Amino acid sequence: MPLFDQLFNFAHWLAQDRTEAEDLVQETYAKALRGFSSFQPGTNFRAWMYRILRNTFLTSRTGLKASATIPLDSEDAPEFPAGPETPETILIEHSQSQILQTAIESLPIHFREVLLLCEVEEMSYQEIAETLSIPMGTVMSRLSRARRALRESLQQKLVRG
Amino acid sequence: MADDWTAKLETYLDGELSAGEMRDLDAHLRSCPSCAADVLSRIQIKRAVHTAGKRYSPSPEFRQRIKKSIATKPGVSPIRMWLGATAAIALLLIAGLVTFTVRQQQLQRRQTFSELADLHVATLASASPVDVISTDRHTVKPWFQGKIPFTFNLPELQNSEFTLIGGRVTYLGQAPGAELIYQVRKHQISVFIFQDRDVGHDLGSSSSSLQQLSFNIESWNQDGLRYFVIGDASSNDIRNLADLLKKAR
Repeated sequence: MPLFDQLFNFAHWLAQDRTEAEDLVQETYAKALRGFSSFQPGTNFRAWMYRILRNTFLTSRTGLKASATIPLDSEDAPEFPAGPETPETILIEHSQSQILQTAIESLPIHFREVLLLCEVEEMSYQEIAETLSIPMGTVMSRLSRARRALRESLQQKLVRG
Repeated sequence: MADDWTAKLETYLDGELSAGEMRDLDAHLRSCPSCAADVLSRIQIKRAVHTAGKRYSPSPEFRQRIKKSIATKPGVSPIRMWLGATAAIALLLIAGLVTFTVRQQQLQRRQTFSELADLHVATLASASPVDVISTDRHTVKPWFQGKIPFTFNLPELQNSEFTLIGGRVTYLGQAPGAELIYQVRKHQISVFIFQDRDVGHDLGSSSSSLQQLSFNIESWNQDGLRYFVIGDASSNDIRNLADLLKKAR
């Protein structure tokens, strides 16, 4: 089954629950099967599948709740001052994945999804734009803010000790 | 740290800058420790997110369940769907591979031309640009005997604007070759000749011309040899000299 593992991973990150992630993936494949005739050969199949998954999530109860609590984007949010310990050194010195996974989980959904599509799925800006149905410029600015939010989240974890 | 560079670092690391911008930023990073350190820390985060993000795997039971549900779906042909999907993915992979290969070739081609531009400039800046000084092709050509592992023909220049100044042995990618200096009006032009098997793998078999660092360049292969004509003369002059060389017997 094409993209099965990747879609499940992405679904789990979105829903943050294994059962919900399974439902999402199942629904995604069902919709893809029903609507496969609408897929245009030559266009991006991967972006098409992820778009189905994401739209399914956004109309689910968890998705509606998550998208309803999206904070206003703060372009001018001040960055944490760089101390002797940076987010990178925290990652190196501590249990990397666990800290990072918690930080990713804590990101608002619109930051989390764009970050995962770029860094984990290694999609191009164009593919991400197709998947999220947003312009490429928005992909770039959102990605930049997602990365800044991630760094700030890691920095906060350091401050809290 | 220059702010305009900082703004581009993320796009640079995501591989989304144009080739020209990539090159400029590469050059900047070599001279700016602050930006280089910034890039390093961003790479660390990027790699860490890549690893940490691959966190969840579907259970074998769920995989089986989905397989079964697809197989029993009425009204559709799952085999057809997955064949189509697999074909689509294969096409994507092939397209990606082709794009990567083409980009690599373009990069290596530009690198070769850039090195030749350097050789050309170094020759002109040298106190003794040529080791054999003669306007006579029958003097210059034999001079290369025993110095390079091939021979070549030089054109008769009577009734043309070009003058042969001389030649020297040169190297490109550790392969020996001939460099000939021609003059047209005030412009000096280098003609490089190498064995095509040594330098031509990423240059294709056909003729090509382009501009590199304001120099005009013509390149082609002929009888197993790779020719490059490079100089600050007009593209017409470069092409005319290339045509003369192609017809040389």
